[in-house]
Amino acid sequence: MTMTSAGSSPARPAAGPRLAAENLGVGYGNRLVLDGLDVTIPTGELTVIVGPNACGKSTLLRALARMLPARHGGVRLDGRPIEEYPPKEVARRLGLLPQSPSAPDGITVADLVARGRYPHQGIFSQWSRADEIAIADAMSRAGVAELTDRCVTELSGGQRQRVWIALALAQQAPILLLDEPTTYLDIAHQIEVLELARDLQRDGFTVVMVLHELQLAFRYATHLIVMRQGAIVVQGDPAEIVTAELIEEVYGLACRIIADPETGRPLVIPRAARGARP
Amino acid sequence: MTATTPARSRWASLRVGHAALRLERRCLWIGTAGIAASLALAVAALLIGDYPLSPVQAMQALLGTGDDPLATFFVQRQRAPRMLAAWLVGAALAVSGSLFQSVSRNPLGSPDVIGFTTGAATGALVQIVVFDAGPVAVAIGALLGGAGTAALVYLLAWRNGLTGTRLVLVGIGVAVCLQAVNNLLVLRTSLGTAQSAASWLAGSFNATTWDETRLLALAMTALVPAALLLARPLGTLMLGDELAAGLGIRPDRVRTLVVVVSVALVSVATAAAGPIAFVALAAPQIARRLTGTASVGVGTAALTGGALVQASDLVAQRLFAPTQLAVGVVTGTLGGLYLIWLLTREWRRNTR
Repeated sequence: MTMTSAGSSPARPAAGPRLAAENLGVGYGNRLVLDGLDVTIPTGELTVIVGPNACGKSTLLRALARMLPARHGGVRLDGRPIEEYPPKEVARRLGLLPQSPSAPDGITVADLVARGRYPHQGIFSQWSRADEIAIADAMSRAGVAELTDRCVTELSGGQRQRVWIALALAQQAPILLLDEPTTYLDIAHQIEVLELARDLQRDGFTVVMVLHELQLAFRYATHLIVMRQGAIVVQGDPAEIVTAELIEEVYGLACRIIADPETGRPLVIPRAARGARP
Repeated sequence: MTATTPARSRWASLRVGHAALRLERRCLWIGTAGIAASLALAVAALLIGDYPLSPVQAMQALLGTGDDPLATFFVQRQRAPRMLAAWLVGAALAVSGSLFQSVSRNPLGSPDVIGFTTGAATGALVQIVVFDAGPVAVAIGALLGGAGTAALVYLLAWRNGLTGTRLVLVGIGVAVCLQAVNNLLVLRTSLGTAQSAASWLAGSFNATTWDETRLLALAMTALVPAALLLARPLGTLMLGDELAAGLGIRPDRVRTLVVVVSVALVSVATAAAGPIAFVALAAPQIARRLTGTASVGVGTAALTGGALVQASDLVAQRLFAPTQLAVGVVTGTLGGLYLIWLLTREWRRNTR
């Protein structure tokens, strides 16, 4: 696909693809994890990337957030190669929540969320009314407003994850990339985080997540990207693309797909192993 | 300038035109207290001595309007530069320590633990022992020694970037080696040279003049603002490299700049007064506990370090007067005891 955007076009086109990779090759050391991958992240959708372990899904997410340099090809943000932007400018358009961020000892929720304002601040404008409004807005969206003065280290896993999402929201970037945001959370907190992601998408954010849990991915994704061995197998609405054959092909798991009685979304039911003991 | 104070806020924001700063209210209080303590200690340093003066006499001597030439000499030539140098050295060491502790995410990542002070001492000792050099050459030796050690530690610890633990471990190793070199240098020389080497190694302001103080002040007017500018990206870097990079920070560049600035600060301080123990490690930790913040407090650390060395120098001068102690002995004792007291109080409170 081609990208047309001149330097004179508005910084944030309302429609059209904003984040895309073309012929992307990235890797660690001598090994290329992704080689010649093309993908367009649909604007305004909740995109979920799934695939077996080591299929390159986190690598793709991190490359989209310019955390990994491209060996060939590259990532385009709003029509321009992402590495052409100053780092703070990228941060104003695209927020990333990595897998395991660390909170300094004794930092409060408000203080942590405020760090998300870094890309909007300069040497002489370290604190403005806009910062205060953005932080209050981010905390209320993420549902952590009542935790303001609590210490981050004493929060539960689910609360902590929502605080980190609040930090990313304080960045006020229209695109949010979340790398396995539900890891280490119990089922209730996983749902809580995913409901938050869906609310954000409905409020106009473009959200991209890497998830392990297929049930949850199918339930919440409006756009699903299925990867295997560094390549995209298929992408689209989970209700249209998920079949038993696909799961078998990608994960090597014999299964049935039924409609989730609660939502009608696809649900993976693994087959009982042949010869299994009763 | 207006100070807005929204209700029930821990923060105070200062606005000057479009420039705006936000400070934690408690930091503001501690900062004010730090400035007051530094000023009080400065006044005390002008008054107290073998030739005690009243405040009026000291003021006249300082302004040069007094009719006591001896008082004018003591105040203008000895006490004022010494007092200023003590504060500046303390502030420089504390700022350097706070930067290093943040970048290594480890309180042990202080320049005196990871070899930079030891390396500066090696540089100075080589000048004293091998070349029998004067004060200026010794100061230059200390600068080169500190910078050289930093470069060595940095190169040895660098592998696809810099991590705190690796920096601390490599630094401790290098520090031990250099300490052995220092011992060897002192042991192999004549008694007289060994004595002057030992007195330099203890760190003191006994021979401080305006020359050193001026150079120190000049270096710090460049380095402290740089440290203040780096404090914010550095605070964000503590959230992890990836998150910080996502916020628009270049982690390795920030770390390199931080190392350069803090090595320069510790080298300048050591060149001016010799290796003064423990300030770089203790002052930022004391400041952090006083302010109760999680982030790098460059300003409060500087005030704490300045006041700590000023107080220590007063004690060093007067405790066994006319015999003068080395200020490094006192900083270790005062700072160490205070830090232990703060830590035990904190642990008691946390386990209750």
